[in-house]
Amino acid sequence: MSDNKLNAAQQSGAVQTTGHAWDGDLQEYNNPLPRWWLWCFYGTVVFSVLYWFIYPSWPVGQTWLKGFGKVDYTIVDKKTNKVEEREQRWNTRALLLADLGEAANNEQRKAMLSKVRAASHDQIVKDPKMMEFVRSVGKGLFGDNCAACHGRGGQGVVGMYPNLSDDDWLWGGSMDKIHETLVQGRKGFMPAFEGVLKPEQLDDVAEYALVLSNEAKPSEASERGKEIFQGQIGGCYYCHGADAKGVPSQGAANLTDKIWTIANVPAQKTLQDKKAVLKTLIANGVNNTRIMPAWKGRLNDDDIKLLAVYVQQLGGAK
Amino acid sequence: MTMRHEQVETNSALMLLLILAVISVGGLVEIVPLFSINETIEKVEGVRPNTPLEIRGRDIYIREGCYLCHSQMIRPFRDEWLRYGHYSLAAESQYDHPFQWGSKRTGPDLARVGGKYSNQWHVQHMKAPRSVVPQSIMPNYPWLLTNDLDYSDVADRMRALRVTGVPYSLTQQEYDANVKRFGPTVADQLDISKAEDNLLKEARDKNFDGIPGRVTEMDALVAYLQSLGTMVDFTKYDEGYFATFR
Ligand code: HEC
Ligand code: HEC
Ligand code: HEC
Repeated sequence: MSDNKLNAAQQSGAVQTTGHAWDGDLQEYNNPLPRWWLWCFYGTVVFSVLYWFIYPSWPVGQTWLKGFGKVDYTIVDKKTNKVEEREQRWNTRALLLADLGEAANNEQRKAMLSKVRAASHDQIVKDPKMMEFVRSVGKGLFGDNCAACHGRGGQGVVGMYPNLSDDDWLWGGSMDKIHETLVQGRKGFMPAFEGVLKPEQLDDVAEYALVLSNEAKPSEASERGKEIFQGQIGGCYYCHGADAKGVPSQGAANLTDKIWTIANVPAQKTLQDKKAVLKTLIANGVNNTRIMPAWKGRLNDDDIKLLAVYVQQLGGAK
Repeated sequence: MTMRHEQVETNSALMLLLILAVISVGGLVEIVPLFSINETIEKVEGVRPNTPLEIRGRDIYIREGCYLCHSQMIRPFRDEWLRYGHYSLAAESQYDHPFQWGSKRTGPDLARVGGKYSNQWHVQHMKAPRSVVPQSIMPNYPWLLTNDLDYSDVADRMRALRVTGVPYSLTQQEYDANVKRFGPTVADQLDISKAEDNLLKEARDKNFDGIPGRVTEMDALVAYLQSLGTMVDFTKYDEGYFATFR
């Protein structure tokens, strides 16, 4: 670096300096840009002028130059429900519409979708091609919209979000019922029995709930519990049914199986603890804590139908 | 007097001024005209300024740095449309100061998260994200549930936003204008003199955090999250309409 000797070309004056000199002798060479680079540069300048004409560009008063670029797209008119071809000046929103239209027009997908749309539930389930389609689309939809609550595989979280991967349903497992669940959402409600029932009565009815699910053997306490359950004081039968198998129109759980959706009975080791979680649940009831959002408006009708089949299949229903 | 190269290069103050002048051209050309162009903001119904409780929720959102991982702008691309829903409109962030658009997405976009989950899910997810989404890398925010919400200065915050052009009302005249524009229910929420009462009422009535009788920071944050992207009813509009605005 300290070697300030000039090379031959520089000495001969072939490379010029900018003409400035600092500190008496500090000069700067003026090396011209390579020709290819310059031409590229001029090219971009020319393109920028073309760009003004093709794409939206300069502001002019209260509007702007809209450009000559055009995008064609097809869209279903909301009022007439007819498919329309439209032309629109270039912009990213119009491009999206074109892209969505193209995706919807993808022959395979379109054919599949119209088949699924027209098919009854039984027809879909029996057709392996349609089911393959349902699974591939359903998996994505479920991951984006449902997995945060129900878990990736639909296994749920005891106490908070029901398991969708078993064939046990609060609101009914038929295609129609699941469809209804998705469209309008669900809200689990059971009144709090604290204050309505005395602590001993809560104990008894919890004991009966254990007997119902075969966790405990019938006893005097459970007999008293049964009376409360089936009688007017408790009125549990009103929602859970006289056979305690649940009433889907109320979203009330089946209490006779080993599947627990709120009270985490299986996680408790002793009978004492099992009874305690049930007692707490019956005392507190369920209000405003178990809410399934409504999906109408967020998802379109096709998506909801596909999801309903997907979810039902998660549960292994026939 | 002609200005020479040398004069600029040897006078740093002058050079600084000239640099500022040159680099502001881009911003001036791209941004300033938007203020006078009629079609910058789409004409849609339903967009309203935040309620006092949502304002505090938004402040907490910013305080906790949620924007470092979450954007609030769905771009007009197919993949985003399919995952998040309708792309964001300029109209939807017209009252946002500062806006929360962003491009950093460690977590998902939140522009339309309102209504997607229940309040209870949000509370659980804020407290311990991995208890509902096992793979999540979002931090825990347990203090939101234990901190009482400080709302003593909410009216001042509304006054400050009013200066930036958000139509919170101070006078009867402004209030009447809001009634005309947003209807009486929303206009009441925008009335600065009722800010604290409105905040407390909303928090108690809707009890976002699930703790009755207390107003926590969680109440405010969840109220804010539940409002995101819910104000425009897109079923009312023809999609082609929005495409005429850009
Ligand atoms: C905010 C959390 C949340 C999200 C998101 C959610 N769910 Fe639910 N879901 C629930 C809760 C809570 C229940 C139980 C309601 C009750 O207790 O009655 C439920 C119930 C259901 C049921 C009824 C189960 C039964 O046993 O009858 C189905 C089916 C269901 N969800 C499917 C879905 C699908 C499909 C999605 C995605 C589109 C979804 N859920 C998204 C919380 C959620
Ligand atoms: C108004 C209707 C209603 C009444 C009355 C009612 N329940 Fe329930 N119960 C429900 C509903 C609905 C659920 C499920 C809630 C959910 O999934 O969100 C439930 C859930 C339960 C569960 C939890 C089941 C599980 O899988 O975790 C138990 C136990 C229970 N009820 C017991 C009782 C007892 C005992 C009584 C009477 C003292 C009673 N219920 C009265 C509606 C009712
Ligand atoms: C380190 C990055 C990070 C920070 C900071 C962060 N998040 Fe998240 N967030 C994530 C990730 C990753 C996910 C996806 C996994 C999950 O659902 O937990 C997520 C998911 C979410 C979701 C669910 C979105 C959906 O559609 O499923 C919400 C709501 C949310 N975050 C809110 C917040 C709020 C409010 C804050 C600030 C208090 C915050 N996040 C801070 C990373 C972050």
